[in-house]
Amino acid sequence: MKVTMETVEHTAKLARLKFTEEEKTAFLGAMNDVLNYAELLNELDTENIEPTSHPVPLKNALREDKVWDYTLSREDVLKNAPAEESGGFKVPKIIES
Amino acid sequence: MRYETVIGLEVHVELATASKIFCGCSTKFGQEINTQCCPICLGMPGVLPKLNKKVVDYALKAALALNCKINQETKFDRKNYFYPDLPKAYQISQYDKPIGEHGYIDITVDGEVRRIGITRIHMEEDAGKLLHESDPTSSLIDLNRTGVPLIEIVSEPDLRSPEEAREYLMQLRNILKYIDVSDVKMEEGSLRCDANISLRPYGQETFGTKTELKNLNSFKWIAKGIEHEMARQKLLLDSGEKVTQETRRFDVNTQKTVLMRSKEEAHDYRYFPDPDLVTVEISDDWIKEAKASMPELPEKKKIRFMETYQLPEYDAGIITGEKELAQFFEDTAKEFRGEAKVISNWVMGDLMRLLNSENKEISDCAVTAKDMASMLNLIEDGTISGKIAKTVFEEMFLTGKEPKTIIAEKGLVQISDVSELEKIIDEVIGKDIKSVRDFQNGNKKALGFFMGQVMRQSGGKANPKVVNELLAKKLNAFEIKE
Ligand SMILES: [Zn+2]
Repeated sequence: MKVTMETVEHTAKLARLKFTEEEKTAFLGAMNDVLNYAELLNELDTENIEPTSHPVPLKNALREDKVWDYTLSREDVLKNAPAEESGGFKVPKIIES
Repeated sequence: MRYETVIGLEVHVELATASKIFCGCSTKFGQEINTQCCPICLGMPGVLPKLNKKVVDYALKAALALNCKINQETKFDRKNYFYPDLPKAYQISQYDKPIGEHGYIDITVDGEVRRIGITRIHMEEDAGKLLHESDPTSSLIDLNRTGVPLIEIVSEPDLRSPEEAREYLMQLRNILKYIDVSDVKMEEGSLRCDANISLRPYGQETFGTKTELKNLNSFKWIAKGIEHEMARQKLLLDSGEKVTQETRRFDVNTQKTVLMRSKEEAHDYRYFPDPDLVTVEISDDWIKEAKASMPELPEKKKIRFMETYQLPEYDAGIITGEKELAQFFEDTAKEFRGEAKVISNWVMGDLMRLLNSENKEISDCAVTAKDMASMLNLIEDGTISGKIAKTVFEEMFLTGKEPKTIIAEKGLVQISDVSELEKIIDEVIGKDIKSVRDFQNGNKKALGFFMGQVMRQSGGKANPKVVNELLAKKLNAFEIKE
C-alpha cells in the first residue's frame, strides 16, 4: 500500500489541520514508512486467526445501572469552556442546523 | 412518468435506563442544562468508560423482538467526526458487529401484510444538544444528553409509500413500548427518525439516487415530509435533471425540504474498535433470559384477539397497539356477558375520545375494567339504555365511581315497566293526531318520531325495545275521532 499526496491532504482535512507543502511532503514520507513497517505483518499467515479487536483477553466488563455521585456541578462542567452563556458552552454557530 | 418510491428508515431510540451508557450520570429528561455530566461523558482525557449492563439487556430484548439474529460476540467502535455536541470528537457506536442483524417486522397497510426487513440494530451513545437561542453567530451546548444510551434501528429499503413508513414507525414504537425498553416519546426526542428516499421508474430494478431526510420527529410530519421530498425528486426527474445524493431536512414552517449538506462534504468516519471497551459476549443463557422476559408482542396479540374475541382486524389493531389498552380489554371481556365487539366499540369510541380530550393514558384512567364490564352488563340486561350509558360512562371516567352508584344517584335506571311507559305513550300520541294519521296511512317515519318523543318525555330512560312494541300496538289501535 502506498500513501499518495491526496491521502495526506484528506487526512489533514479530516483532522482540521493545515500544512505547508514541505510539511506535507515530510508526512508523505513518514506515513509511507509507518505503513511499510506494518507491512511486515503480512509475512505471517493469519488465515485461521480471528481479527483482534482488543489486546486484553477480557470480556463483559459491565456495571449495574445505578446513578452515581460523581456527577459534577455545572460550575465544574463549564470550567474548560472556551466561552459560556446561560449555563451552556458557547460556540460559533454551526451552519448545518 | 410514474415512479415507485423506495424508503428506508433509520430510527434512534433512547433506552429507558436510569444512568448513562458508560458512566453513572442520570439520564433524566428536562433537567437544568449541563448538570448531568462527569469527566467520562464530558470526554476528559484519561477516563475509562464502563458499559451499563442494562443497555445490553434492553438492546438484546429489542433485537429479539425485531426478529434479529444476535451477534453473540459484539463490540464497540469509535465513529470519528468533529461536532460541538460531541466532546470526545468521536461517538462510541457499533460498526461491523452490531448486536442484531437480519430482522424484520410485519406491518399491515390497506389490509395487506408486508414484511419489512431490519438491516441491523446497534448500541451507541447519544450526543449533546445544540440550543440556538443565543445570538445569531453562536450556539449554546447542553451536554446532559451526551452518553444517554441509544439503539439505532436501520430498516431495509423495503418501504414503498409514506403511509407504509408511518405504519412501520408506529409498529416499531408499539413493540419497543411493549417490551419496556424506552418511553418512545417523540416529543421528548426519545424516538427520532431519519428517512432515505429515492424514486425509480416502475419496473426498474436498480435504485435511484437517494437523499437522506433528517429529523422527521413527529408522527404528524413523517408522511408529509416524505411526500414533499418525493414531489421534489419527481419534479427533478421529470424535467430531465438528476437527484443529487445529499442530506435534507423537512421544515415544518415552510412545508419544504431544505438542503443540509451534499455528498461532497460527506463524512469519513474512520471507524475502529474502541480500545477502552472490551468485547461483549452474549451467552445462550442471557438470550434465554431475555426471551423469557418478553411479553406477547402486538402483532401476535392482534391475531389472537381476532381469533379469540372475533374482533375485526381494525379493532384488534387499535386495541393491541398499546399493552395496557389490550390488558384493559381482556380484563373487561372476562367479566362481560355479551359480545366482545361491544367492548371494542366502547373502548375505541367513548373511552378513547375521553382519554384523548383529557390527554390521558389508559394507565391513569379512573375507570377499571371491572366497572367497565359491569356497566356493559347493565346495558345488556336492560337496566340502562345505551344512550344513558354514555352519561354514566362519562361520570365514571370523571369520578371513578361504580356505574351502579351513579345510576342510583342520578336516577338513571331504565323504565321497562309497561304501565308506566303506556302512560307516557298515551300522552305523546294524544298530542299529535296528525302524525298518528300519517302512521296509519303507512308512513313508517311517524313511528320514529313518536319514539323520539317518548324518549324525550322520559328523559332518555324509556326502554327502547319495550317502547317500540307498545308504540306500534297503540298506534295501530288508536281510533281517531273526527
Ligand atoms: Zn457522566
